[in-house]
Amino acid sequence: MSETYAYAVARVRALEVGLLTNALIDQLIACRDYPASIQFLTEKGWGDSDTPLEAEAILGREEEKIWEVVKELAVDKEYFKVLSYPKLFHNLKAAIKEICTEEKHPHLFYDDAEIPGDTMLELIREKEFFKLPAVMQKCAQEAFETLLHTRDGQLCDIIIDRAALDAVYEAGKSSNEKIIKDYAESVVAVADIRIAVRAAKTGKTLDFLKRALAPCESISVDALAKAAGSGVDSLREYLSGTAYAEGAQALMVSPSAFERWCDNRVIETIKPQKYQSFTIGPVIAYVIARQNEIKTVRIVLSGKQNMLSEESIRERVREMYV
Amino acid sequence: MLQELGLVYALLGAALSALLAGCGSAIGVGIAGQAASGVVTEDPSKFAKVLLLQLLPGTQGIYGLLVGFITLSGIGVLGGDPKEVTVKTGLLILAACLPIGVVGLISGRAQGQTSAAAIGIVAKKPDQFGKAMLFPAMVETYAILALLISILAVTAVLPK
Repeated sequence: MSETYAYAVARVRALEVGLLTNALIDQLIACRDYPASIQFLTEKGWGDSDTPLEAEAILGREEEKIWEVVKELAVDKEYFKVLSYPKLFHNLKAAIKEICTEEKHPHLFYDDAEIPGDTMLELIREKEFFKLPAVMQKCAQEAFETLLHTRDGQLCDIIIDRAALDAVYEAGKSSNEKIIKDYAESVVAVADIRIAVRAAKTGKTLDFLKRALAPCESISVDALAKAAGSGVDSLREYLSGTAYAEGAQALMVSPSAFERWCDNRVIETIKPQKYQSFTIGPVIAYVIARQNEIKTVRIVLSGKQNMLSEESIRERVREMYV
Repeated sequence: MLQELGLVYALLGAALSALLAGCGSAIGVGIAGQAASGVVTEDPSKFAKVLLLQLLPGTQGIYGLLVGFITLSGIGVLGGDPKEVTVKTGLLILAACLPIGVVGLISGRAQGQTSAAAIGIVAKKPDQFGKAMLFPAMVETYAILALLISILAVTAVLPK
C-alpha cells in the first residue's frame, strides 16, 4: 500500500466538508429568487470577497479554486488529463468553426483549457495541426477540411466529439488508476447512450450512429446503434438489459430526468472513493465532485434567472457526491 | 572469545528491539503526520484531535526502547560492568528481543496507515473522534502482546 497521497487525501477529506450536500442544494432551490440564491452561495463561501455578485463570476472563481487546490497538493497533472479533454476538444471545435465560418465568438472558448482560445485559433488558422496534442491532430485536420468543403457543421461536431470520447477512453485504458479507468468507461458509455437517444429521437441513420459512437467495454456500440436506429422504444429495451438499465427508466420519465441520470451515473462511479485513504482516487473524485457541484449550481441559478418553478429546477439538479 | 560472542548476541537483541520497533514507529507517525498536516491545512481547529491520532503509532518505539533497556540493564552494560554471557544465553536474549522488534516494525506501519484513515474520519466527522480512535488502537493490542512476550522471555533468560 502506498502512502504517497496520505496528505492529499486527508486534505481532500477536510475539503469535502465544504461541498454542497443534497440538502443544501434543496435550500438553494428554495431560495426566493436569483439574488437570494447568490446571497446563499456567498454565505457558503462561494466566490471571494471581491468577486462580483454574478453567477458566472462566482462559478468561474469556484472552478479556479479547484485547480488552485490541486496545484497545492502537488499531484501529477497527468492524472487529470482525462478531465481536461472535454474543454480542450471544445476549444478545437469552436476554433475550427470560427475560422471556417469567419464569425467571431470569443466568449465560446474556455481560457482555462490546456490550449486556450487564442492559441487554438492561431494554430487552426495557420493549419499547424502537428502542434496540437497527438490525440487531436488527425481529427482536427479531418474536421477542418470537412467543414471547409461540405459546410456541414454537424459532421464536424461528430468528428471532434468522437475523437474526444476516444481520447477520454484511451486515457482511462492507459491509466493504472482504477478510478480513471472507471470514470473514462462511464463517461464514454453514458455519452454513447446520450448520442443514441438523441439520434433515435431525430431518426438518424445507422451510418451516422456508427460514426458518432465510441467503442467501450460496458456497452456494445453495434447493438446500441442498431437499437437506436429502430427507435426510442427498442433503444429503451436494449438498455434495460445492460448495466445502464436505470437510464432506460429515466428515459421514460422525461428528457431532463434522462440528462440528470447521465450525470448521476458518472457520480455513482466515483462514490466508492469516499472510502479510500491512500490512493489518488479521492483527489480525482473531489475534482469531479466539485465540477458536478458547479454544474448543478449553474442549473439552479439559470432556473432562478428564468423564473422556473422549484419543481422543474429540482427535476434537473444532479446527485451530489457527499 | 566465545564469552564475548554471547554478549554480542545479547547486545544485538537489545539493538534490534529498539531499532526495528523504532523504525516502525517512525514510519507510522510519519504516515499519520502527513494525513494530520492535510487536515490542519484546511481546518487548524482539529489540531489536538489529529495530533492524538498521529501519536498512536509512536508507542512501538517506546516498547522497543523498554525491552532494549531491560536487556542492557540485565547484562550489566548500563552499569559499566558487563556480566558474563554465554553464547547460548546471548542467543536466547536475541530471540527474546525479536517479538517486539518485528511486531513493532510491522504494527507501527499498520497503525500509521489506520491512524491516517482515522484522521480522514475526524476531518469529516469530528464528533466521531472516539470511534475513529478505536481503529488504530486495535493495532496496538498486538504490539502490547509482543512486548509482554519479549519482557517475560528477556527477564527469564537474563543471567542472574
